[in-house]
Amino acid sequence: MRVRVLLFARYRELAGGVGERWMELAPGARVADLLAALRATSPRLPPAPAVARNGALVDAGAALADGDEIALLPPVAGG
Amino acid sequence: MTIDVRVGPEPLPLTPPPVPAADGAVVAFWGVVRGEEPRGSIAALEYEAYAPMAEVELRAIAAEAAARWPLGWVRIHHRVGRLAAGEASVWIAVAAPRRAQAFAACRYVLEQLKRRAPIWKREIAADGAARWRGGRRLRARRDG
Repeated sequence: MRVRVLLFARYRELAGGVGERWMELAPGARVADLLAALRATSPRLPPAPAVARNGALVDAGAALADGDEIALLPPVAGG
Repeated sequence: MTIDVRVGPEPLPLTPPPVPAADGAVVAFWGVVRGEEPRGSIAALEYEAYAPMAEVELRAIAAEAAARWPLGWVRIHHRVGRLAAGEASVWIAVAAPRRAQAFAACRYVLEQLKRRAPIWKREIAADGAARWRGGRRLRARRDG
């Protein structure tokens, strides 16, 4: 399955400046598998960032589905 | 009850819109890019948002405020992009029957926005040095 991965702010910079990518994952993959795959190519990313699946925060055990939008969210600083 | 939320590059309102007849108080807050920090002078802040998620979260915050206080409307606008020192980055305005309700609701919305909206800022110092501002980790919330 393919998921769309968004990296914001500092996380984008830690991953070479690429804020959006599609990633191919095995069927049944979970958020933790996605994070491991990302860190294999971008080892400066933190091991347990806040993650949103289709706009809602999830934990690392959450299952993924084809076409999901997964966002890695650094600590926020709005206002 | 009207909820008006925007996350985008547009400039912020300078005056509040009309208030319902039952309301006698409007409190509006503008957050402004501070040009002097303990570390030195700041030229600008560059704001970035996960806008669709931020708007959903801000609507939820507005609805919470409206459940706690009898508000005529809640308006939350947050800018993104580069804002020079002295420019406003966020505008929160609430209308309520009484001033105590309006002050409390405006403050609630602001404090929750800072904790929960997926928005980031990068500081550009007067000497050109850039750094991401530290912030708070997002945490999942249960309903209620």
